[in-house]
Amino acid sequence: MPAKIMVRYGEIALKGKNRGQFEQQLQRNLNSALKDFPATVKRLHGRFMVSGPEEQRETMQQRLSKVFGVVSLSPVKEAGLDLEEIKQLALEMVGNMPPERNKFRIKTRRANKDFPHPSPEINQLLGSYLQQHFPRLVVDLKQPSFILSVEIGYDKAYLYLERIAGPGGLPVGITGRGLLLLSGGIDSPVAGWLAMKRGLALEAIHFHSYPFTSRRSQEKAVDLCRKLALSCESIPLHMISLTNIQKELRSQCPEDLSIILLRRIMLRLAELLSARQKLQALVTGESLGQVASQTLESITVTAKSTGMLILRPLLGMDKKEIVDKATAVDTYNISILPYEDCCTLFLPKNPVTRPKLEVVENYEAKLNLDDLLEEAIGSTETIIVKS
Amino acid sequence: MTEIYLDNSATTRPYPEVIAHVSRVQGEIYGNPSSMHEKGVEAEKQIKEARWRIASFFSDREDEIIFTSGGTEANNLAIKGAAKRNRNKGNHLVTSLVEHPSVLNCFRYLEEYEGFRVTYLPVDQQGLIDPEQLKKLVDKNTILVSIMHVNNEIGTVQPLKEIGSLIKKQNPSVLFHVDAVQSFARLPLKTNEWQADMLSCSAHKVHGPRGSGCLWVRKGTLLQPLMHGGGQEKELRPGTENVPAIAGFGLAARLTGENQHQKAAALGNLKLSFYRTLQQKGIDFYVNGPPVEESAVHIINLSFSGLPSEVLLHSLEERGIYVSAGSACHSRKPEPSHILQALDLDRDRLESALRFSFSCYNNEQEVEYAAAQTAEVVRELRAIIR
Repeated sequence: MPAKIMVRYGEIALKGKNRGQFEQQLQRNLNSALKDFPATVKRLHGRFMVSGPEEQRETMQQRLSKVFGVVSLSPVKEAGLDLEEIKQLALEMVGNMPPERNKFRIKTRRANKDFPHPSPEINQLLGSYLQQHFPRLVVDLKQPSFILSVEIGYDKAYLYLERIAGPGGLPVGITGRGLLLLSGGIDSPVAGWLAMKRGLALEAIHFHSYPFTSRRSQEKAVDLCRKLALSCESIPLHMISLTNIQKELRSQCPEDLSIILLRRIMLRLAELLSARQKLQALVTGESLGQVASQTLESITVTAKSTGMLILRPLLGMDKKEIVDKATAVDTYNISILPYEDCCTLFLPKNPVTRPKLEVVENYEAKLNLDDLLEEAIGSTETIIVKS
Repeated sequence: MTEIYLDNSATTRPYPEVIAHVSRVQGEIYGNPSSMHEKGVEAEKQIKEARWRIASFFSDREDEIIFTSGGTEANNLAIKGAAKRNRNKGNHLVTSLVEHPSVLNCFRYLEEYEGFRVTYLPVDQQGLIDPEQLKKLVDKNTILVSIMHVNNEIGTVQPLKEIGSLIKKQNPSVLFHVDAVQSFARLPLKTNEWQADMLSCSAHKVHGPRGSGCLWVRKGTLLQPLMHGGGQEKELRPGTENVPAIAGFGLAARLTGENQHQKAAALGNLKLSFYRTLQQKGIDFYVNGPPVEESAVHIINLSFSGLPSEVLLHSLEERGIYVSAGSACHSRKPEPSHILQALDLDRDRLESALRFSFSCYNNEQEVEYAAAQTAEVVRELRAIIR
């Protein structure tokens, strides 16, 4: 008997053309999440049904539970569209439960209105049948120790006891394509995850200053992408060297402006790359705060360097919330590895917290910016990171 | 770009002969040495040959060689094995502050979880322990002293003869363990003159395979095994033998040990030409540890004031030169090695230290080139880093 896993999805507001696109994209993403398994994904009365080998059920469930757009999933058993068959299956499933879980309820959803019994009737018939066989069972609608769910489909009835939460959100790829500015820190991977949750397909850009930083900091970016790629098919990661730019800034510009100048250059490089890769928005791990790069003035001056839309999914989150999310997404332990992506040698002791655009632009005018950008873009190394 | 590997104290490139031999044994001599049939006999023969080969560096007693997974396991077996087995004789252990982590952390474990008292000897600016200080520490309660032969970061060669005779005079039943991972097959191992009881060796430091090493244990020395199993290696290291790695270790030891004296002289000359070329280029640097002529022939540790080790390392790497940093740039604050810290150097020297370590694969031309490149990198970085 192959394992059957029912996958639920749905933003409630989905309708019309949007719904069709949503379903198609989700089906593609489910298929790609299951590419390592001999599994099939079928559409079914507002759900997907995955069939695959029983011995790989748990791993399949684990992969499916990371696909954006999935609200929840359940391993299900199938019965024919016949009340007796449904009763027998229910008996078997409940018979395998540990006896101390004795408070129960039944929840029926009848998608197929041709089935002769309406939902409340099925609940009642099935409930009393189970109680006849297992006198220990007590109906408890408020705090049941288990819920037996029944879904009446068009070909079959589906019974299940378990519901595994998915991440929700929208299927990756449905809202467009964006570029994540990925440092090695805690914030940017979470920002990427949240952007993907809203259906954005991502590429990532990582800046390094080798040989002033270790190759291991680049490996860290790869590892972070690998974690994020668990929720999509793959993430192209572009790595760009800032070494020469940093040397130039160091010799041409005041130390306290180096960070803001560098961030503006990063955005320009991201914009250049987006044009080449046809990406529509930038995603950053920026948040509003009091330290140098997080002041409203800093963010404003940084953002003025590009005409692109910048998405900042972390804006409403506190540090603790970000850390919790990073832990849940499993990027935290990679992020805290001690390999810096920017060498301390280039970090000013007292960066300007309220930079003035004109001042910054004056210094930029002294740099041979076009050549520097072109050279940096030329250093791009791209790898396609798969989960 | 030519590749110049000057990180031979970390690990060495295996000899092609060793790679071929390991591969042949892996593919053809796959029997379990404990099997009764000829496949087993054949495999056992490989181990026997390697054991003889390695015993030739000691007193030719092949029953004194216990094969392990490497230097770390050899140190663990020696230190934990000796301390636990001999705890009825006393509770005091002695080591130095500049030992390898696989030695130091065994002692810390014994101190923290097994109730032993451990004394960690300080060293002078050259990395040498003071034998007189050691003598005063050893008493009838002392059961084990562990001192390394050659220091892996600064190349200090400890006066083992003096140490051995002083501790044995104080208490003849003290066991003396020597971590010889950096000196095995490179320098003479005078186990009798040192009055040593145990000595740790590793294959991959002498162009052999990783995951292979041994502990030489003088006959009559009692140890408690770390693992329990099927009785291999005189029950001190059970588990089916890693036949290809052991065979490779045997061959690598033979090849490295051949003409040991001439090779040592050649390595010493390489180190000196590296040092002199660097001097001629006129950049400022310090030598850490013993004077160049006195440290082990293949190791030199230098500091380049003002330049973080890791930045220097990566800049040399960019030019195809591979070395080792005395300080890792962890979490924005440099963490100098415990060995350099024990030398009581100032912060600047600790954070700018690099180790260059040579092998028979390096030649005169290479090391002079490497020295010239080092000088150039130092000059360039000093211009950028204010």
